[in-house]
Amino acid sequence: MERTTIDLWFGAFVTAGFAALLILAMKVGNLGAERATEVYRVQARFDNIGGLKVRGPVRSAGVLVGRVQDIHFDNERFQASVTMALDKRYNFPKDTTASILTSGLLGETYIGLEAGGEEKKLAEGDRITLTQSAVVLERLISQLLFSKAQEEPKK
Amino acid sequence: MLERLQRPIATLGHKVIEGVWRVGVMARFFALVLSSSATSVQRFRLVMREVYFSGVLSLVIIIVSGLFVGMVLGLQGFETLQKYGATESIGVVVALSLVRELGPVVSALLFASRAGSAITAEIGLMKATEQLTAMDMMAVSPMARVIAPKFWAGVISMPLLAGLFSCMGVFGGYVVGVVLIGVDNGAFWSQMQAAVDFRYDVLNGVVKSFVFGIAVTVIATFEGYDAPPTAEGVSGATTRTVVSSALTILALDFILTAAMLRGEG
Repeated sequence: MERTTIDLWFGAFVTAGFAALLILAMKVGNLGAERATEVYRVQARFDNIGGLKVRGPVRSAGVLVGRVQDIHFDNERFQASVTMALDKRYNFPKDTTASILTSGLLGETYIGLEAGGEEKKLAEGDRITLTQSAVVLERLISQLLFSKAQEEPKK
Repeated sequence: MLERLQRPIATLGHKVIEGVWRVGVMARFFALVLSSSATSVQRFRLVMREVYFSGVLSLVIIIVSGLFVGMVLGLQGFETLQKYGATESIGVVVALSLVRELGPVVSALLFASRAGSAITAEIGLMKATEQLTAMDMMAVSPMARVIAPKFWAGVISMPLLAGLFSCMGVFGGYVVGVVLIGVDNGAFWSQMQAAVDFRYDVLNGVVKSFVFGIAVTVIATFEGYDAPPTAEGVSGATTRTVVSSALTILALDFILTAAMLRGEG
């Protein structure tokens, strides 16, 4: 087949376009190493998950170790049931504590894992029993106000 | 008296019926284009030629406007984020607004005015000078030979142009944010990567630009094919292409965004 300049332009255009999409996926988006890792799923029940979202981060000692995969309401226990996908590279003891935390005062909500002391490790489908709910800021403030109001007459 | 009152209502009704009629004809036209696309696959050179005219020649305007839009986003975002002491998030602002919205929408608007109007004018003029009729006489289907390749070229070009636009925009934001203003380079990219999701943001943007590509080229080819075969008719059809594809893009963008954001929760 004879070659024409149009072929060259078409090739250059399509290559540039796909390169741009690839850059968007790899450099701008999160299709880096994070997706490729293998995961295991662990569940936990919380009384209150605050502003936790699906795909929210799971951190231990501040390091990202997994993502929140699913959140649903358990209608028998009236609690939130959260499924986390943890990176296979990291193992946690069975008595790990999961707590709902917020990064900064107004930052995103995440699950913090604190390792316990047990020998046995968490495996696929296990449940974390030690959980700590989100701190509701309004409740905290109202408690503070009440205690301050009670202090007042002592002066 | 009564007739004077009736006339505006009659005109309005006539316009509405005319509009609905055109939508129906356009749908039939779209089906006809799809059904006569076999030639475009067999003789791919035809599509490549059209990609050159509508895609490659739009590169300059897409790249330059992408760069400027990104730089403006960088400046404006910095201005606002500075109030909250979160200037490192400038990468997130630039990347998300480009990948989700501005990339597909603005590049589609530019594509409609740069390539869509050219397609309409070309087809309209071919019709006015009876080239399409001549093709029909020689048993060459103008649908398969002229219109379907233009349609597929637009569908191929649009997502690639939108990707290039977003990419240049992010680069423009980087130039303003990191190089000129001095936001930390590492924080710029890492916060961006943490916030932009491949499936929810990047792929949804590509889907959007794909839909816009179909909409713009269908409107452009239809307006050209339907244009009255006069100089005035062709110029009116070119104007209508730009106006109605801009409106269609924005309306479709709203519908697509509403549908896409619902699943995110």
